[in-house]
Amino acid sequence: MPPMSLSPPPKRVRVVLAERKRARRVVRTLAEVEEQTDVGEMLVRTHMRTQLGMSLLLALIVVAVLGALPLAFAYVPKLAEISVLGVRLPWLLLGFAVYPFMLGVGWVYVRLAERNEQSFIKLVEE
Amino acid sequence: MQANLYALVAVAVVALITAVIGGFGIRFARTTSDVLVAARTVNPRWNAAAISGEYLSAASFLGIAGLVLKEGADALWYPVGFTAGFLALLLFVAAPLRRSGAYSLPDFAELRLGSAEVRRVATGLVVVIGWFYLVPQLQAAGLTLSVLTGWANWIGACLIALIVITNVVFGGMRSITFMQAFQYWLKLTALAVPVFVLLLTQASQYTNARATAGAGAPPAFTENTTVRVDTDVVLQVTEPTQLTAVGGVDGAVDVDGTVYWGVGEHEVSEGTALTFPAKSAVPVVTGAPAHNDDWLRPLYGGAGDHPLFETYSLMLATFLGTMALPHVLVRFYTNSDGRAARISTLFVLGLLGVFYVFPTVSGLLARLYVPQLLVTGRTDAAVLLLPGAVLDSWPARLLGGLVVAGAFAAFLSTSSGLMVGVAGVLSTDVLHGRAKDFRLAALLAGLVPMAMAVTIPPIDIARAVGLAFAVAASSFCPLLVLGIWWRNLTDAGAVAGLIIGGGVSVAAVFGTLLGLAPGGWVGSVLGHPAAITVPLTFLTMVVVSKVTPKRVPSDVARVLARLHAPERLGLTPGPNPNRTGTVRRPADQDAVNRAGRHRR
Repeated sequence: MPPMSLSPPPKRVRVVLAERKRARRVVRTLAEVEEQTDVGEMLVRTHMRTQLGMSLLLALIVVAVLGALPLAFAYVPKLAEISVLGVRLPWLLLGFAVYPFMLGVGWVYVRLAERNEQSFIKLVEE
Repeated sequence: MQANLYALVAVAVVALITAVIGGFGIRFARTTSDVLVAARTVNPRWNAAAISGEYLSAASFLGIAGLVLKEGADALWYPVGFTAGFLALLLFVAAPLRRSGAYSLPDFAELRLGSAEVRRVATGLVVVIGWFYLVPQLQAAGLTLSVLTGWANWIGACLIALIVITNVVFGGMRSITFMQAFQYWLKLTALAVPVFVLLLTQASQYTNARATAGAGAPPAFTENTTVRVDTDVVLQVTEPTQLTAVGGVDGAVDVDGTVYWGVGEHEVSEGTALTFPAKSAVPVVTGAPAHNDDWLRPLYGGAGDHPLFETYSLMLATFLGTMALPHVLVRFYTNSDGRAARISTLFVLGLLGVFYVFPTVSGLLARLYVPQLLVTGRTDAAVLLLPGAVLDSWPARLLGGLVVAGAFAAFLSTSSGLMVGVAGVLSTDVLHGRAKDFRLAALLAGLVPMAMAVTIPPIDIARAVGLAFAVAASSFCPLLVLGIWWRNLTDAGAVAGLIIGGGVSVAAVFGTLLGLAPGGWVGSVLGHPAAITVPLTFLTMVVVSKVTPKRVPSDVARVLARLHAPERLGLTPGPNPNRTGTVRRPADQDAVNRAGRHRR
């Protein structure tokens, strides 16, 4: 029965007053962003660049730390023989320590990304 | 054989619960998008548990411990990569992808590039990646049932494939968030409880074993052990060993009695039973490190000839492949907005970090208690055999049943997610997107990998899944990253990159799976293609896009604004489908088509 796509089902709508209000107040800049005026596009471009720069920086830190490990183990084999509390260093690092490290980087990212978005919103509202 | 009874009961219970919840889910679900992606807005914590529940597959539950048992420190990069993949997803993809409103990778490709051609190529790759990922899941199911019952491997593979196909055909998307979240906690419990019990009850033995199994020694049998060899193997013997053999050893066909093995390599034929005395050194299949000393070090244990290259290539594949897995992306659609997508990814990082401690420790314990797996090379069974090898009577059976339940939860959740993903794109993009087509697509999505699982000889589960990651990283990761962050991407560039990078990596994976790869550098590259194919895809996409600047979509600025502007500005569709505009069309249309049958 193909004609079902002709009558889309009624969709539930969540009404959020605060969001609407805010949207109305910034309607001019918003229109600029949406209608691809030069100003609007520049705002988005700058915002994207900030976000990407931050992501790349954090990714670089992670890659530098994790990426250094195989090289270190390959060229300084003594490192693999160090024992901490009865556990060999490679096992301690790769088996346990990297997880809180990655979680920490993720946490920093979420905070910074949200801060960037706040300032983008402010910029659009002005 | 009582242990088997407990385990089989556990299997039946897990399968039944999944089927029942899948079946009831349909009655509760009211709108089409409820059916396909559970409720659209889900608390980030629940969603994180659900993402982890669907993501932790047989590779995580069985494969990692098995690889740790066999290869030692090098295997630790698998769980690290499986987790780091979510960090890359968080940094580059999570929020913009959610804001795009795309439900699948072909949806994203089409709404960003506005090209039906890209959509078709993307569809093909989703299917291939899904199948590559499904095959080891089904093979793991075969292995598990064969360990429990002694049945041939293909029986379990077919059984689990048929269960999942039936579920998908009759249940729509059974993955109610609650069910998936429950699967995470079940898997965590099923691995963690045995580890804690073993560590606590065996603490004294553990220190003894460590002292005797000094670092320089090979692993040793704890008691008289009989090992049945299922496929021909070559074993490395590091200490002269006296054993009893029944079957074919070192070219002699009808051996029955005491055999004396000198240091060196020894061949054992299929069907042979070897009995080793207690405390004798365990011979290890060729390719794996034979001494505990090498096993403890990174870069000494891997099966390949170029461990450093292989380690980096694996890192690249797993770090970048996660964001491009079909069943992971679907889950992001259930986040309420971009911010929630970020937060749930952050929770996923935490949940995975907690989980992955346990496969590692299980692998370590397995080296002490079930070293006989090193003789057959089927180390993926380590987690399943561990409780029975250490404990006696009811605790062993209870924990054994728990582990098996966890393993089946892993097979079922991941396989269902993948099959729904593959069937979804097949029915909308290849067939006509009608209700009947979804069922046909589900059959196709399940039967093909089932045939592959039966015919392709199994390799280590974690390794096989790593190959699927390599294909994902070499195709969709560049499409997502460039599509989200680079204005100048064109449809021609995307298609060229997907075909070249995806094609080369798929060829490499097939070569490896079919055992065509030679040794040396070629074998290393084919077995770990990501280090070559990921840069190749990025390069192709960038170069071809630069050459075809006129094909940059005219609405690129608007689409990128939607991807990157926070929902508060009202640019993005967000949870309110009335504000979607044109961008959401393809995704919602798919949902309507795919689930149309529920509104007869």
